[in-house]
Amino acid sequence: MLEINNLHCELEDDTEVKILKGLSLTVKPGEVHAIMGPNGSGKSTLSYVLSGRDGYEVTEGSATLEGEDLLDMEPEERAAAGLFLAFQYPVEIPGVGNMTFLRTAVNAQRKARGEEELSAGEFLKIIRAKAKELQIEPEMLKRPVNVGFSGGEKKRNEILQMAMLEPKMCILDETDSGLDVDAMKLVSDGVNALRASDRAFLVITHYQRLLNHIKPDVVHIMSEGRIIKSGGPELALEVEENGYGDLLAEANA
Amino acid sequence: MIPRAKLKSQKLEAAEALLAARALPGGGAWITRAREAAHARVMDMGLPVKRDEYWRYTDPRRLTDAEPQGAALLDPQDESPVFDGFDRVKLVFVDGVLNEAESDPLALEGVEICTLAQAAATDLHWARDLYGTLEARGQKPVERSLASLNTAYATEGVLIRVTGRPAKPLSLIYHRSGEAGEAMVHHVIRVEPGAEATVLENGPMAARFNQVMEVDVAQGGTLHHIRAQGRDHERAGVAHLFAQLGEGANLKSFTLTANGALIRNEAVIWLDGARGSAHIAGATVGDGAFHHDDTVFINHAAPQCESRQVFKKVLRHGAVGVFQGKILVDQVAQLTDGYQISQSLLLDEDAQFLAKPELEIYADDVKCSHGSTSGEIDPNQLFYLRARGLREDQAKLLLVLAFLAEALEEIADPALAEDLRERMESWLKRRV
Ligand SMILES: Nc1ncnc2c1ncn2[C@@H]1O[C@H](COP(=O)(O)OP(=O)(O)O)[C@@H](O)[C@H]1O
Ligand SMILES: [Mg+2]
Repeated sequence: MLEINNLHCELEDDTEVKILKGLSLTVKPGEVHAIMGPNGSGKSTLSYVLSGRDGYEVTEGSATLEGEDLLDMEPEERAAAGLFLAFQYPVEIPGVGNMTFLRTAVNAQRKARGEEELSAGEFLKIIRAKAKELQIEPEMLKRPVNVGFSGGEKKRNEILQMAMLEPKMCILDETDSGLDVDAMKLVSDGVNALRASDRAFLVITHYQRLLNHIKPDVVHIMSEGRIIKSGGPELALEVEENGYGDLLAEANA
Repeated sequence: MIPRAKLKSQKLEAAEALLAARALPGGGAWITRAREAAHARVMDMGLPVKRDEYWRYTDPRRLTDAEPQGAALLDPQDESPVFDGFDRVKLVFVDGVLNEAESDPLALEGVEICTLAQAAATDLHWARDLYGTLEARGQKPVERSLASLNTAYATEGVLIRVTGRPAKPLSLIYHRSGEAGEAMVHHVIRVEPGAEATVLENGPMAARFNQVMEVDVAQGGTLHHIRAQGRDHERAGVAHLFAQLGEGANLKSFTLTANGALIRNEAVIWLDGARGSAHIAGATVGDGAFHHDDTVFINHAAPQCESRQVFKKVLRHGAVGVFQGKILVDQVAQLTDGYQISQSLLLDEDAQFLAKPELEIYADDVKCSHGSTSGEIDPNQLFYLRARGLREDQAKLLLVLAFLAEALEEIADPALAEDLRERMESWLKRRV
């Protein structure tokens, strides 16, 4: 599904700042991979480079989605190809209704893929059902995108978008941060409901607790722009117990 | 700064140059008096010149040149005129002259309408107390002599007296037939106590236009004023709205402007009675040789009134937007609620926004806020939308329309608001 090979990137404005330094990763259809790592190790940057945000220069390496070169595409082409990023910091867009935004997005992707657009009625039916599952009030759908939403509401709104867009490759960047226990459960249930044999997840998180709800197949530890260790779910427990110290020391030894 | 005396003599010269070849129009006694008084005001004040403080951001010469410049006619191609399809009473002006053949009969229940020419020919008319009176009042604290010029020389316009709640809007439509020409139109609207009406205006009027609208809204009355100034690129014009509001009276005025070499829209509003409300809004989209100036003065002269100014400008390719807005709160005007926002969205580095927001407050218990910003499309918002699959142009269009939305919200009728929103959308689609 997602194949990242020896990826290097630096800041466009300051090429002295190298962030990703030879990152490799392969996620197969149906799998859930988790990436853990200390603050500043480049996790969000990885998600941005994969989704096509301006400001980063890839100097080496490759990233493909189902064999297609991601790095060569515009952000909207990546989205239409099936890539989705749940933002660490969802963006507020005053003046654009949440519902209008979602319908425009769903139909833009369908159109780009040569599929029939959803009618207003069909769309409404689907979004109401999905919003209900995530306990998103209908009133929140009418409000401007993310404006005045609490931290938890913003994260649930990201998952709602993911559910509506039905992407193949979902990247979740610290979707658990700022969530209380109940919200974490809702978000996890939302993610788990989407798990499928033809869909994969890359879950970036700081804490092991999310991984109790969303069970990963593989856990990667990231530090200074690279994966320094990969393993099973037990790796997350090890981090939870001992912190990153031992792992980093081991990698540097 | 140049010496006062020199500035004054420049202004007087400008007035003399313009008026040298013009004679005051004839008419009945009352209008002749009004015209002569206005003429005297012009000769006393002179006309605006480039050095005028109040014209700091806008060069008035195209408005005061003795000979008006011509302007190419716009071919609207497949786009229907704004307000098309709305049930309304249409009054059509061609080159600033009312064309009765193209207009509907001047009849609408709840409204009395007559032309300025008809009223000028009578000896006594209800508009006598208003024509030129509000304009004269509006000469303080700042001179607006182009409006006096209009009072003195305009022969066209309509006088509208709203006595009830007419079932449909009155629609003033301005067509141009030729590239040359100048139009001066002067309307007077009086809304009687408790009455309510909607007045629409659309079209470019003339290669150069000078328009005045005097509005008197009595106790508990409401006027909705929605104006779309057309899309002709080269025309120049100035429009003055003078409005005085009685107790509990309401005014909502919205203007959409697209293109135009030079447009100055002034609004002068007096909240004379308690609990009055005035909302003045504008949405402007400009591309290339475009200069648009909104100059607003709102005087809270009574307690518990509310005013809102919402101005949004989308500019690119050298377009210039200007906003000068002042809220003056008199000492008696306790519990005033005043809000003013002026914002521009610059679509490239070539566009310019100049703003001068002002508050002058003499009452101690008031709530007044003002803000002015100038910025570009937020790259984070743009990326967020694109990451969800919106094409770049689609995402930009959505963000620009979102930027304009707050101004459009000032239109009370949702169908009219949607009509104007669609106009802006199609203008923007051709450009972003
Ligand atoms: N746009 C940027 N400008 C400046 N520094 C950046 C930018 N993006 C990332 N960085 C730097 O790159 C490093 C990795 O950041 P980030 O990817 O956000 O890490 P993480 O998500 O793992 O906490 C940090 O040192 C951060 O300061
Ligand atoms: Mg991060």
